Amino acid sequence: MSPALQVPLLASGSHEFEAPSTEIFWQPLFGTEGALAITRPSILALISVVIVVGLLLAGTRRLSVVPGKGQMAVEGVYNLVRNTVARDIIGEHHFRRYIPLLFALFAFIYVNNLFGALPPFQYPTMGRIAFPIVLALLVYVVYHAVGISRKGVGGYLKGLVPSGLPAWIVPVVFLLEVVTYFVTRPVTLALRLFGNMFAGHIILVLFISGAEYMLIDGGLLLKVVSIPTFLMAFLMTLFELLVQFLQAYVFVLLSATYIADAYAEEH
Amino acid sequence: MTGDLAIVGYGLSAIGPGVGIGLIFAAYINGVARQPEARGMLQSIAILGFALAEALAIFGIALAFVFAGN
Repeated sequence: MSPALQVPLLASGSHEFEAPSTEIFWQPLFGTEGALAITRPSILALISVVIVVGLLLAGTRRLSVVPGKGQMAVEGVYNLVRNTVARDIIGEHHFRRYIPLLFALFAFIYVNNLFGALPPFQYPTMGRIAFPIVLALLVYVVYHAVGISRKGVGGYLKGLVPSGLPAWIVPVVFLLEVVTYFVTRPVTLALRLFGNMFAGHIILVLFISGAEYMLIDGGLLLKVVSIPTFLMAFLMTLFELLVQFLQAYVFVLLSATYIADAYAEEH
Repeated sequence: MTGDLAIVGYGLSAIGPGVGIGLIFAAYINGVARQPEARGMLQSIAILGFALAEALAIFGIALAFVFAGN
């Protein structure tokens, strides 16, 4: 195909397509002097708190033995966190104290993740790393506090190494476990949530803005190709809905696992 | 053609977790096929393993953006 024939088929518009970059996440609304600004995710985080509190209050206003629709939905979510996460992982004896923490984390993260797909919000709050870091720090402090208050500082550090190891390997295992407990766990907890939401949002923006560009600025061939691209964007949105739930679930699951580890008598 | 080598690094770092997650869910499906009543217990273990394996790929994408453009 000669270049003269290629041009009208592929590109007819004048401006070039710009792939989405990390810039798309910086959306200040007020006060842009310096680094401090009220941004779109901070407003969304506040809205999510209002939504969570509103839904919970509405769902639990008239509690009855035979639940209505609202109460049923709230109980379903609550039972998921209480039974399959808290009770099964932390154990019968201690799990009650941690239900409020785990349930609040789950509700907050899930609503914020859903913002990634729900119009008119369409911005995953957890795609800004500050939010996952704060949540991970909260869990970090809780599981260390539990472990230290139960075993004391010395006992807690000693409990990191499984008993019955040959003496020469103990320092190596101790070092590995310290790195795991104090560095890897909080970092992966925050990064996992952030990375999933961030990457998912970029993929959605890429598909949708790419399809829009092809439809508006592209030649005939690209206009046709934009239709499967829009379909793919739709499929990716469905996939994102799954990931959003899964990441909120995984976050509380891992938090519960870390708390359970702090309770375990021996590693 | 221009691009960033850091993104290729992300592609490489996704291979391992991809294989790992495949193995985890293959084992999960096997387990449920052999013992359907163990589904609930296996599910949370499978998702836990999936989350741990996935962390490596997430490190990859975070570092790819950190090093991109350097």
